[in-house]
Parts: sequence; structure tokens; C-alpha cells
Amino acid sequence: MLELKNVKKSFTEPDGGELPILDIEDFRLDAGEQMALVGRSGCGKSTLLYVISGISRPDSGKVQVGDWDITLFTEAECDRFRAEQIGYVFQTFNLLPGFTALENVMLGMRFAGGRVDPNRAKHLLERVGLGHRMTHRPTQLSVGEQQRVSVARGLANRPRLLLADEPTANVDAGHQQQVVDMLRDGCREENVALMVVTHTPEVARQFERIDNLEEFNRAVVIA
Amino acid sequence: MSLWKIAWRSIQQRALASVLTAFAMGLGVALVVSVLVIHGVVDQSFRRGAQGYDLIVGAKGESIQLVLNTVFHLGMAPENIPYSYYDELIEGRFSRAVETAIPVAMGHAYKTYPVIATVPDMFDRLKYMGDREYEFAEGRNFDVNQPFEAVIGSTVARKLKMKVGDTFRPTHPGEDITGDAEDESHEPITIVGILAHTGTPNDRAIFMNLEGFYHFDCHQGGPGTVRQYLKGKAGDSNTTKSDSAESHAKSEESKSDAAPGLPGIDAADDHDHESPPAKLDSHEHDDAEHDHAKSPDALAELSHDARDNPHGTHHHGPTPLADRKLSAVLVCTDSDNQALGMQLRSIINEENDAQAVAPTEIISQLFDGIIGNIQLILVILAVLVVVVAGIGILVSIYNSMSDRRHEIAVMRALGASRMMVGTIILLESILLSLGGGLFGLLLGHGLVGLLAPTIAEHTGVIVSAFQFQWNELILIPGLITLASLVGYVPAAVAYRTDVAKSLAANQ
Ligand SMILES: Nc1ncnc2c1ncn2[C@@H]1O[C@H](COP(=O)(O)OP(=O)(O)OP(=O)(O)O)[C@@H](O)[C@H]1O
Ligand SMILES: [Mg+2]
Repeated sequence: MLELKNVKKSFTEPDGGELPILDIEDFRLDAGEQMALVGRSGCGKSTLLYVISGISRPDSGKVQVGDWDITLFTEAECDRFRAEQIGYVFQTFNLLPGFTALENVMLGMRFAGGRVDPNRAKHLLERVGLGHRMTHRPTQLSVGEQQRVSVARGLANRPRLLLADEPTANVDAGHQQQVVDMLRDGCREENVALMVVTHTPEVARQFERIDNLEEFNRAVVIA
Repeated sequence: MSLWKIAWRSIQQRALASVLTAFAMGLGVALVVSVLVIHGVVDQSFRRGAQGYDLIVGAKGESIQLVLNTVFHLGMAPENIPYSYYDELIEGRFSRAVETAIPVAMGHAYKTYPVIATVPDMFDRLKYMGDREYEFAEGRNFDVNQPFEAVIGSTVARKLKMKVGDTFRPTHPGEDITGDAEDESHEPITIVGILAHTGTPNDRAIFMNLEGFYHFDCHQGGPGTVRQYLKGKAGDSNTTKSDSAESHAKSEESKSDAAPGLPGIDAADDHDHESPPAKLDSHEHDDAEHDHAKSPDALAELSHDARDNPHGTHHHGPTPLADRKLSAVLVCTDSDNQALGMQLRSIINEENDAQAVAPTEIISQLFDGIIGNIQLILVILAVLVVVVAGIGILVSIYNSMSDRRHEIAVMRALGASRMMVGTIILLESILLSLGGGLFGLLLGHGLVGLLAPTIAEHTGVIVSAFQFQWNELILIPGLITLASLVGYVPAAVAYRTDVAKSLAANQ
């Protein structure tokens, strides 16, 4: 389902030099597969997710998602592809502050092309245990609740792949498990592949597949 | 969930800044609206009064003064023309080009309101504001055979609390019109009718019978004051004669110009007035006849004819014709033959006795020349206020962009395109501008509504808070254009937002 071939990404340093961040020969993820991505801070985990979702373009290489090599897409096509095929959950401030929980979920549908299905949005919120919080604004929700709304939003468009970048980092230990369960159960039910970046061993440990980016990213200079 | 709604939510997010910037926009728009409405009011109140007749014939001099005085009852009463000129217009050599001619004599007043001496036809035959007919809210028109009857305009009735049956004594020119000084030496004038509101300067005027006017002028004791408005009268026929002689001399001077007559008019009127053989051999027929009309005898003869004529449109009292003077004659030219009307005007103006001005033209000149420019400056200033308010919106949204970079990046991560996030910002700017603009429209019209009574009182123009000027419509595309221009800058910032960097920034 997801396949990266010889993906290279580097940034230009302030002094003008090239700073290689990613150099991945081969990386695959099957449909519906769930994995944890670990690795030292700064090893390029977030950057990898940006490249997979088309937010950032690799300097070279191929990023195959389903039938498409997204590196061949125009930017607008990438946006559309991301809206339809990729769900995203960030560490914090996932939600747009001006909108209720329900509206935040529906926003994801809106950007995917307009067909907004409020019933599905409600169902997803109920699924993450927030049926009673639909009209709350993000500021009126706990961080854990906000993250669960993000999970619901990430699944709203029935994507192929859900990317979660440290989704539990700001959630207290007691509620971390809740968020992880929502992610895993939701993805399993909807047959969505899941990639969770985490620094928390308890979270990573729950996945059968745990990849350490430092090990397969040749750009990382092991100190 | 439309992009409009997303934009609206962002506005709600920053409620205070949004309200303040929209309010500033509203003030600017309210200013524009007020200027436009007041422009309309001034324009209307200026033009209205003069609609209903084509020409004002009055003494030679400043045409503007003649129009201001006749139409708006402003300023000093103009010089006079002899009554005979009126005869020329209605049954003399000019009559073919004239449909209606209404004589007016001005100069009297009653408690700051001008008293205009005229004939009942003023209201029976003249229209106002195009084709509206004068109506009486109370009572009736004054009777031509009752010299001491008058009708009053609606404002006069309201302000002076006068009703049908009340009497008053006009004051003479130069007297203290603000006080209660009343001339006891002549009969009081009885109000027999109150005109319905017209929105013209006539609402603020009193109209009395021309006969009565001449009547009490003849018996009036203080000749000094009388002379001011009936120049050269004071029962001294010598003055009239010398006037005649003078104008005769002028005619002679200009005779080489071969003053043209109205083709056909002369001929048609020939049998009406048996012109004596021209005293001056080389004289144009016109001049000769004119000369004839000037002589008091001939006038008496003319007036006699008129009285015998049941279809005559003018009426004469016992006052000797030589004593009769007019401030002006309001003329409706023959609407079927406009060329004739034009000719009439140029002939009167070529001669030395009077001038004929088209009041609408003079008013347009006045309006476009002076008032129009002031108006333009006001509009420009008001538009500048709107532009400054627009820049306020720019600054406000632009400042919010740094706080919203993450928000925008999240939207992009959800799949919103650059165009979408840029459009959302643009829509915000448009919503703020239009919202402020709508508020400004309401505010502006509310202000107009508040000022309406004052405006009506001072100008006679009735405005309502809900009276929209067509050019206010320009505000909508204007505001959208302005909003797009000012929204473009922050929209470009949103458009260019680097998603990866902005997402990382808040992580
Ligand atoms: N726009 C950029 N310009 C230059 N360097 C960048 C840029 N973005 C990221 N980097 C660098 O790329 C490296 C990888 O960053 P990335 O955010 O992918 O790390 P990460 O593995 O997600 O770390 P963390 O676990 O702390 O989130 C970092 O060393 C960072 O400094
Ligand atoms: Mg990271």
C-alpha cells in the first residue's frame, strides 16, 4: 500500500551547506497495517511523515501510496490526495479553535471535496467516546479529548493511512492509553493503515511492528 | 461547511478586533451615505422649485439673482419690468410662443416668509416638479376678484400656526420682517387656502392676489419703502415715461442689430394691435410695435381688450396700468413648438427691456459649478475614510496571521489547498468590509432619518431613512473591491504558508 524507494530529503543550512535529513532506500507499509515509528529526536520522523503525506516533497525518490506515485503530483493534486487518502493527528493544537468538535471533524470532510456527512462525523465522535462533547469548542475540551477528536477527524474521510505524530506526548499518562486505543481500534475497524510516531516506550510496545528510523535512515549520522 | 462560514468563524475568533475594524468601516460608509443623501437632497431642493415653467422673464441684470429670487425667494427683489411686458407675453407679439404666463411681484414679507403677489393661475395652471398639480390641503385658491385674499405654503401654515380665515398684514421691503411690525394703512389679507406640501420653496411662501398688492401699494403711506420694490412707481407717471424714453433710446441704439422678431408672431398679432405708423422710419416693425406697447395709452387699450375677452388669462383691477410693475413673469412656452420657445428667449434677451432665463439651466450651472464641487470634495473625503478603514482591516488581519500560521498549516494538512486558505482570508476581509458597510448603511440612513425633520424644515425636501440613492449601490462592488485589495496581502501570507515549518513551530 505504501512504498518509499530511495527517498532523499535535505535542507539547506543557514551557512548554505546541504543538510541531509532523510535517505531511505526502501520502506513499506501494508494496507491496514499498524506500526510505531521511533527514533531519537531530530532523526527525521516528522519529516518522513510530511514526505509521505505530500506536505513536503522529497529531493529524489518515489513515494507510492496505493496506485499513485505522489511525487509526480502537482501541489494541488497532493492537497486533494492528502485530503482523501491521509488522516493526520499531531501532537497538540490539532483542532481549529473557532469550531466545535463536530465542526472540526466535518472540516476534514469539507476539504476532501465537499460531501460533508454529519452523521458519520457524529458516529466517529461517539466512537471515540465524545458523543456528549460535540458542540464543545477545543478550549472547552481536555487535551486527551482534543486528541480523540483529532482521531475521529483523521478517520472521517476513510483514508488509506493515518499518520499520528506523537499523539500522546501532551496527554497525561492516565489518558494516553485511551488515545492509543481509539487510534488502534478506529483504524482496525475502518481498515486504515496506522503509523504512530512516539517517544513513549509503553505506547510503542503495544505495536507488533516497531521501526526505528535511525536504523533505516542512512542520513542519520550515528554519533 | 462553506468557506464563508470558515471565514466567519475566524472573524468571531477575534471578535473585538473584528468589531472595531468593521465599525471603522461602518463610520466611513455612513459618511459616504450621508454625503450622497445630502447631495441628493441639495440637488433636489435646488432643482425642484424651478420645474414647472420654462422661462423666467425679468428685468435685465444678474440672471442668477433673478432665479434665486423668483424660484427660491432668496435675496433682494430684482428690478421690475413693466406690466405691459406681461401683456406682450400673453396676448402681444410673444403670445404665440407662450402657453402660460404667470406674473409675480415680490418684495413683501410676513414674519420672514416672502409674500408673492400673483394670479390664481399660479396654482390652477402651473405644475411643479415636472407634472404635479398644486393641491390645497385646506380651503381654496384665492379669487381673482378678491384683492385681499391669499393662500399660504404648508411650512408657513405650520410654522406660523395660521389657518384658513386668519388675516395678516404684509410688511414692506426694508421693514423689520422679523418683528411684528404690521402696516395698518391697508386692509388685512385673508388666508383662504393652505397649499398641500410640495417640497419646493413655495412651501415657505405666501401668495396673495396681485390686485390687492397693487391696491395697498397705491394707498401705502411711506413712499420711500415702496420705491424699493416698485422702482420708479409711487404714482409718478413721469418716471414711467422717462423709463420708456430711456428704453426707447436704447432700442434705437440697437436698432442696427435688426432685432429679429418671432417669424409669424408679428404677423399674427398685427391685427390685434394696430400699430401706429412707425415713428422712426428705418425702424423694424418689432421696435415700432414695442414702442407702441410702452405708451400708457396703448396699454390701457390693451387691457381693455383683455377684459372684454372672456378667454383672457390675465385679470386687471382698477389700478392704473402705468402703476403696475412686476418682478418677473413665469412662462411656460408652447410645448408643441420648442423652437418657438427658444426663439422667444433669444429675442427677449436681445432686446433691452428684459431678460428671459431658463431657471433649470441656471440652477444646473450653480449646482454643478459650486455645490457640485463641494459635494465632490466631500465624497472624496468620505471615500478616503472608507479606504483608511479598509487599511485598518488589512492591518488587523495581517497582524493575526502570525497567530494563525499553525491554524492554516493544520487546514493545509487536512487537505485544504493554498487557494482555499487564501480565499478564506480574502472572504474574511470581504465579510468585515461588507458587515461594516451594512452597519454603515444603517447608521447613515438612521442619521438621515434623525436629520429628516431638520432637512424638511430648512429645505422643504422630505427625506426618509429608507430613501436609498441609486449611487449607494456602488458601495457594494466598491467595498468588495476594496476588501479584495486589502485582503490580498494577508491572503498572500496564508497562501505562502510553509506547512511543514508552521506545523513544527507549535509542536
Ligand atoms: N525547514 C528546515 N530547515 C532546516 N532544517 C530542518 C527543517 N525542518 C527540520 N529540520 C531539521 O531536520 C531534522 C529532522 O527534523 P524532524 O522534525 O523530522 O525530527 P523529529 O525526528 O521529528 O524530531 P522530534 O522527535 O524532536 O520531533 C532536525 O534536525 C531539524 O533540525
Ligand atoms: Mg517530530
